[in-house]
Amino acid sequence: MITIDAAGMHYKELNRLIREGIGKGIKKFFLENINGQYYIGDGIKGDDVVININGTPGNDIGAFMDGPTLIVNNNAQDNIGNTMNAGKIIIKGDAGDVVGYGMRGGRIYILGDAGYRVGIHMKGYNEQLPVIIIGGKVGSFFAEYMAGGIIVLLGLNDSDEFDGEYFASGMHGGTIYLRKKIDFSKYSKDVELYEADENDMIFLKKYLTEYADSFNIPYEEISGKPFYKIVPSSARPYAHLYTSA
Amino acid sequence: MTKSSFSNIQSEYLALIDHNKCVRCKRCIQNCGWGTYSFGGDKILADHSKCVACGRCYTYCPEGAISIVKNPTVLRENANWKEGLIKNIWRQSETGGIVISGMGTTFKYKKYFDHILLDACQVTNPSIDPLREPMELRTYLGKKPSRLDVGLDENGEPVLKSKMPPQIELQTPFVFGAMSYGSISLNAQKAMALAARALGIVMNTGEGGLHDDLVPFGKNIIVQVASGRFGVHRDYLNSGVAVEIKIGQGAKPGIGGHLPGEKIGADISKTRMIPVGTDAISPAPHHDIYSIEDLRQLIYAVKEATDYEKPVSVKVAAVHNIAAIVSGIVRAGADIVYIDGYTGGTGAAPNIIKDHVGIPIELALAQVDERLRDEGIRNEASIIAAGSIRSSADAVKAIALGADAVAIGTAALVVMGCHVCGKCNTGNCSWGITTQRPELVRRLDPEVYGERLYNLISAWSHEIQEVLGAMGVNSIESLRGSRERLRGVELTDAELKALGIKHAGL
Repeated sequence: MITIDAAGMHYKELNRLIREGIGKGIKKFFLENINGQYYIGDGIKGDDVVININGTPGNDIGAFMDGPTLIVNNNAQDNIGNTMNAGKIIIKGDAGDVVGYGMRGGRIYILGDAGYRVGIHMKGYNEQLPVIIIGGKVGSFFAEYMAGGIIVLLGLNDSDEFDGEYFASGMHGGTIYLRKKIDFSKYSKDVELYEADENDMIFLKKYLTEYADSFNIPYEEISGKPFYKIVPSSARPYAHLYTSA
Repeated sequence: MTKSSFSNIQSEYLALIDHNKCVRCKRCIQNCGWGTYSFGGDKILADHSKCVACGRCYTYCPEGAISIVKNPTVLRENANWKEGLIKNIWRQSETGGIVISGMGTTFKYKKYFDHILLDACQVTNPSIDPLREPMELRTYLGKKPSRLDVGLDENGEPVLKSKMPPQIELQTPFVFGAMSYGSISLNAQKAMALAARALGIVMNTGEGGLHDDLVPFGKNIIVQVASGRFGVHRDYLNSGVAVEIKIGQGAKPGIGGHLPGEKIGADISKTRMIPVGTDAISPAPHHDIYSIEDLRQLIYAVKEATDYEKPVSVKVAAVHNIAAIVSGIVRAGADIVYIDGYTGGTGAAPNIIKDHVGIPIELALAQVDERLRDEGIRNEASIIAAGSIRSSADAVKAIALGADAVAIGTAALVVMGCHVCGKCNTGNCSWGITTQRPELVRRLDPEVYGERLYNLISAWSHEIQEVLGAMGVNSIESLRGSRERLRGVELTDAELKALGIKHAGL
């Protein structure tokens, strides 16, 4: 275990200390006085490494991350879990734009709201199944070009507008679960809406339980309403767009 | 709509068989990836409509019995209503699709390399004989420090105290351009990997991930990160000598790419880390890059993930304001900028983009080099020039215009048998290059073509040494940006100004 006081520290130094610590076999990190440092957890490995972040981290936390857990006890900024391969990121507040871009594995759990372009081009592969769960609402361009994995939008704050414009456009893989019915007519032609069935809920239970435990919310508070799911109409939305010269 | 039963588009070529010479060995049937030939019981039949003039059949016909000729049936000649335009109208009215094709533009734009002449020494400053005297082609790609601190060691010998930023060492100023596994076959990539290793240069994975078979070639590979982030993970970023962030491509500036689902077989699925059969869509922009500041953020995300040990390259297409764009890229922290001119190749791109968007690499290079020098940041990044480098002469001129090295893509494929038929997008390449059909890929022997690539680059390197010798320069780095050694012919004042060179005779 190590505690790093990051007050006034440049991200380059901070991340070097983290990489060095992991290299020495340290499993638990406590980062204090974090104030906007970028790239925390960028490209690090180790399934049993846990980094607690106190303060507000800067952009790109968990980029290219491959196994560790990041716990942010506050709000976080943009580009969380960019092209992440494995691991877990827990945000005990709101998240900024572009959460989980190109994410291929691992989980991102956000207690509050998230910004624009959440889950863009997220993709699953074999047993790697990326999962994002958002407690509140999201901005526009949600799940654009989504190619795989799971995104759950809970809307726990019961806001009427919990999803933005251009919802799931170009989606060609994966599944979106919603805890609220949405006005489907204004959304992309690329997707279809269904009511989630029993199998869906059995499948989701593992992740929702982990989410609830992460934030000390009773599981029933989350699961006690019907869920809906959105799936792409085709894995090949642009197959007929072209003709060969 | 129902499909019309006939097409206005006539066969472009005729596959003619001399039945007196033909011994019915059926090698043509086997070799043609397009299904042009079939056996009609007693003789070979040809479906001319399928022929693309890729040259495979006559190359492998043991009797020399096949001729591919242009279909003499003419469309009425009209300089305004050119044949290609009429045919595209028919194609699009039949299908409703965007016209796409492979390779670079086939339009006849002015090729500036062909209007630039090199200088040579006569009398007043002696030329150098490269056969007898040292001639340095080695160059290093990466950020060069603005100042160096030198000290003395315990024996009083001078030592470099500054830490040099990471560099790629090239034994000759060539790299293979980015071509992904998916757009080309694994055997084609392997041929380049073998050649790159033997030559001491590098190849580039493109945006399709790194196949396991290529991992041992890491010291000769640049790995690419594009908007689809296919196969990109921590170990991938660390497996090559550098990481390239692809923003744009000369053949298709400003647009993304789709590798169609039918090409995503098990092996490509594994390399790209996406499910079998889904479209691999690379969106037009990176969705985390909407500004120079955002680009900086990704550059440093990659540097953090690679512990600042790899140079980061940024690849862009040459477009109208390229000088300002590259200045921004350099200031964002790129160690290498790869500029791809509008005649560059592609596995597939809409013709409207390929034929009408972008600018020539020659003009882009001159402007970029000038701008970076003016701003005092030319040392901050190396420049790779690309976009149909067709010969060592093009390479020398590109370097004199301001590049550190050049990339070759199409030329490397031509080595492997490519006849530039431009049908890469169909996946039927008879030469086993731009196809994933196992029976076609198998015929491309990586060892054989790796050696031929080695031969080509060695030959071009020797040619460059000859030219450098004639110019009285003994290292390629001394030629970089020496526009004073270039002269233009048949160019307007505006063109000469953009190229930063004088007219011949002046």
